[in-house]
Amino acid sequence: MSLRDLPGARERRVRTGGIELCVAELGDEERPTVVLVHGYPDSKEVWTEVAKQLADQWHVVLYDVRGHGRSTAPMPLRGGFTLEKLTDDFLAVADAVSPDRPVHLVGHDWGSVQAWEFATVKRTEGRIASFTSMSGPSLDHFGHWIKQRMARPTPRRVGQLLGQGAKSWYVYMLHTPVLPELAWRGPLGKRWPRMLERLEKVPAGDYPTSSLPDDAAHGAWLYRDNVRARLSRPRTDAYAHVPVQLITPTGDIFLSEKLYDQLELWAPQLVRRTLDGKHWVPRTRPDQLASWISEFVAANEAAEEDGRPMQDTAPTGAYADRFGGRLVLVTGAAGGIGRATAFAFAEAGARVVAVDRDAEGAARTAEMARLIGAPAAWGEEVDVSDEQAMEKLAEKVAAEYGIVDVLVNNAGIGLSGSFLDTTSEDWKNVLDVNLWGVIHGCRFFGRQMAERGQGGHIVNTASAAAYQPSRALPAYSTSKAAVLMLSECLRAELADRSIGVSAICPGIVNTNITATTHFAGADAAEEKRLRKRTSRLYGLRNYPPERVADAILKAVVRNQAVVPVTPEARGARFLSRFSPGALRGIARLKPPL
Amino acid sequence: MNSAVKDENAPELRGFREVQSLAYACAEAVAGGLKPGMTEREAARMQRDWLRERGVRDWFHLPFAWFGDRTAFAGFKVPLQFFPTNRKLEPGMPFILDLAPVYKGFTADIGYSGCLGLNPLHDKLLADLEAHRELILREVRERRSLREIYENVERLMIKQGYANRHRAYPFGVIAHKVDRVAERRWSPQVFGFGTQSIKGLMSDALHGHRDGWSPLWSPYSFSDHPPQPGLWAVEPHLGFRGTGAKFEEILVVTDSKDPEQSAFWLDDDLPHVRRWAEERVAA
Ligand SMILES: NC(=O)c1ccc[n+]([C@@H]2O[C@H](COP(=O)([O-])OP(=O)(O)OC[C@H]3O[C@@H](n4cnc5c(N)ncnc54)[C@H](O)[C@@H]3O)[C@@H](O)[C@H]2O)c1
Repeated sequence: MSLRDLPGARERRVRTGGIELCVAELGDEERPTVVLVHGYPDSKEVWTEVAKQLADQWHVVLYDVRGHGRSTAPMPLRGGFTLEKLTDDFLAVADAVSPDRPVHLVGHDWGSVQAWEFATVKRTEGRIASFTSMSGPSLDHFGHWIKQRMARPTPRRVGQLLGQGAKSWYVYMLHTPVLPELAWRGPLGKRWPRMLERLEKVPAGDYPTSSLPDDAAHGAWLYRDNVRARLSRPRTDAYAHVPVQLITPTGDIFLSEKLYDQLELWAPQLVRRTLDGKHWVPRTRPDQLASWISEFVAANEAAEEDGRPMQDTAPTGAYADRFGGRLVLVTGAAGGIGRATAFAFAEAGARVVAVDRDAEGAARTAEMARLIGAPAAWGEEVDVSDEQAMEKLAEKVAAEYGIVDVLVNNAGIGLSGSFLDTTSEDWKNVLDVNLWGVIHGCRFFGRQMAERGQGGHIVNTASAAAYQPSRALPAYSTSKAAVLMLSECLRAELADRSIGVSAICPGIVNTNITATTHFAGADAAEEKRLRKRTSRLYGLRNYPPERVADAILKAVVRNQAVVPVTPEARGARFLSRFSPGALRGIARLKPPL
Repeated sequence: MNSAVKDENAPELRGFREVQSLAYACAEAVAGGLKPGMTEREAARMQRDWLRERGVRDWFHLPFAWFGDRTAFAGFKVPLQFFPTNRKLEPGMPFILDLAPVYKGFTADIGYSGCLGLNPLHDKLLADLEAHRELILREVRERRSLREIYENVERLMIKQGYANRHRAYPFGVIAHKVDRVAERRWSPQVFGFGTQSIKGLMSDALHGHRDGWSPLWSPYSFSDHPPQPGLWAVEPHLGFRGTGAKFEEILVVTDSKDPEQSAFWLDDDLPHVRRWAEERVAA
């Protein structure tokens, strides 16, 4: 292989137990060491992107697991891949690269399976400072998980067993002799990179390396040497002696999230993270992994320095596992639904950019967001209908805060009054904000998301008025119907890039919107009266914007397409599909103002 | 006595001042004695005992104590939820003590917000209450309608990013009138409220109803009238996602033509007011 993808990497070979391991190092050796262990069928290059980013802050070490990449294979292969031997390898590497300080361990897939062994056996105590695990459970925990479910097979537990059983098909295959080797050295080895691109959406490039067929053939022994033995007789003392960060991709076709249900029992200092992504997250989501790993390493280093156990760094809000440390931008965030949404993300530990044309209000949102859990938050004064301002904002955000993971196009204004009373100026105003604001947001931030190629999510605030016609809101409803359709089209287009798009249709929500709505055809005094009157009506309905915010977070987590929120919004949505005539009838009613 | 009060030196006010500072002294003493693991019930009993020892025999209402997200009245649906529970105090938790003793025939009704240890969010809420104290006084002096002032307070809370939690009180009131109470040997409480005081409030309500005002300061149309002379226990209460903070103290409204004398806070030497002054000095 070449390390040309890893500028500045230094290579060395470490001899241990009759084999030689190929070890690469990046970054400043004086800094705490982070050791990255790859999985199956992979080699250390699976970490390229993650390692490059970590090297800015840490001494990063990667090695090819025995029999993989440029490390040599044990002879004979059978019995050469036991977890005990893999632990010897890890200790040899750790002693070579960081003799005086414990290392921070990171494992993916089989790298994580091994690392669980490292993190739970006695002889590594004091050599590991923390462990970040992704997509690779401890075989011992897994063994107990199965045993528990077999011992007391409630229907739910049987379901979980079958579910994971179905995801483990490849494990059975790998236990058959010779055939896997033949497949990997033949057609499978050749097709594998394309399969990864297609099924796992792993970016194309010079990975996997040319050693893949050999890696995969050798690596089959990882399974054969360990799986049956450990699953039938799991260790009973497999308790982690280090803090563990568990990163679970939601779309992992090999592992069920249920596997980790009771992990706290085995790993008392556990931080959970959830990532939208498939199995190969080191390749598909390197930015987020690098940032979570860095954060965890830093927190543990700080705790070590203070001589106290690590505080739970993860915030406690709903979905904190999912949004911790992620970058969320909300427009119209100086009040109402936008502000509540910014707060909900802040409580989940996200970094928040609060955008509004009301600068003071946006700054206030950012200030409060920091007080409730956002590690960072900024207020930005921008008019979303101003194309140039939005473009500048997108540039600034990318340069200073990073690429947005979740974009919430929420800014909007109300406009009421009959069509015949609505001037073209009124039309222009409402379309400029409600529709063009969303278009600008999607164009500038959506493009950045797509170009990064690591997924993301866009939420657009439409309205129940998008499907509920009404004689009182022709222009507003039109703008929102456009937002709804735009969201649906964009969702279709961006699905290929793992970017989700959701349209939120709140219904009647108690916010300030009624106090700023323009009533076409009414003079100033009449408009004032109407604003007051609708505000009181919305106040009586009193549906809080916080509940819309909760619906928004849920929509992102579940990647929902269209989300009506209040009961009336859901009712109207139902009617729009099954009894549009009834909706047309309602549309003709004059509002009680 | 309502119209008897012309200015802040009126002798009747001395009694009210005395009981209000006694109540705040109680709150500060009890707050200082709160420890992790104590319950709301214990905190309420501590307040009661402290004041009984100092001669309090009657109450406008028995002391309340709210801990944690109960300071923001999270999930409150029925009035019974206001009563002290076995919720335990934990480090960093906000709490509110709300007590209304009657002493020598004078009534106080105060609210004290604190928290056990460091809580920057709670500090922020407390600091932001200052603007409400100023707004209320200013607009009462301007003789705006109580309903309008109520709405302006609420608007300011929303602007600050908070929710109006006094809306959770009975009738959603931000304030109610207090008055002198006849001293009786035996003055029972009904649902935690002193019968003598309730009698006073009801008779006010009756008279007021005839003359178009109410002793309750609410968001409803029955509060669509200018401030009525008398003593008002004002209690703006902010809530922010599981954290709540309030103060409660007496605002004196008179029928003086001089704006300064037409309304004033009974006493400015109170813990929250001192705190704001100290913060200003520190800043
Ligand atoms: N409140 C409801 O009942 C309701 C119902 C359905 C949909 N919505 C939609 O929800 C969204 C949020 O509304 P809300 O109810 O929170 O209203 P709101 O008025 O409380 O908040 C809207 C925010 O957007 C900001 N804003 C308006 N125009 C802007 C512009 N051009 N650039 C930047 N910021 C701008 C405002 O300053 C304000 O802070 C809107 O899109 C609205 O149409 C609201």
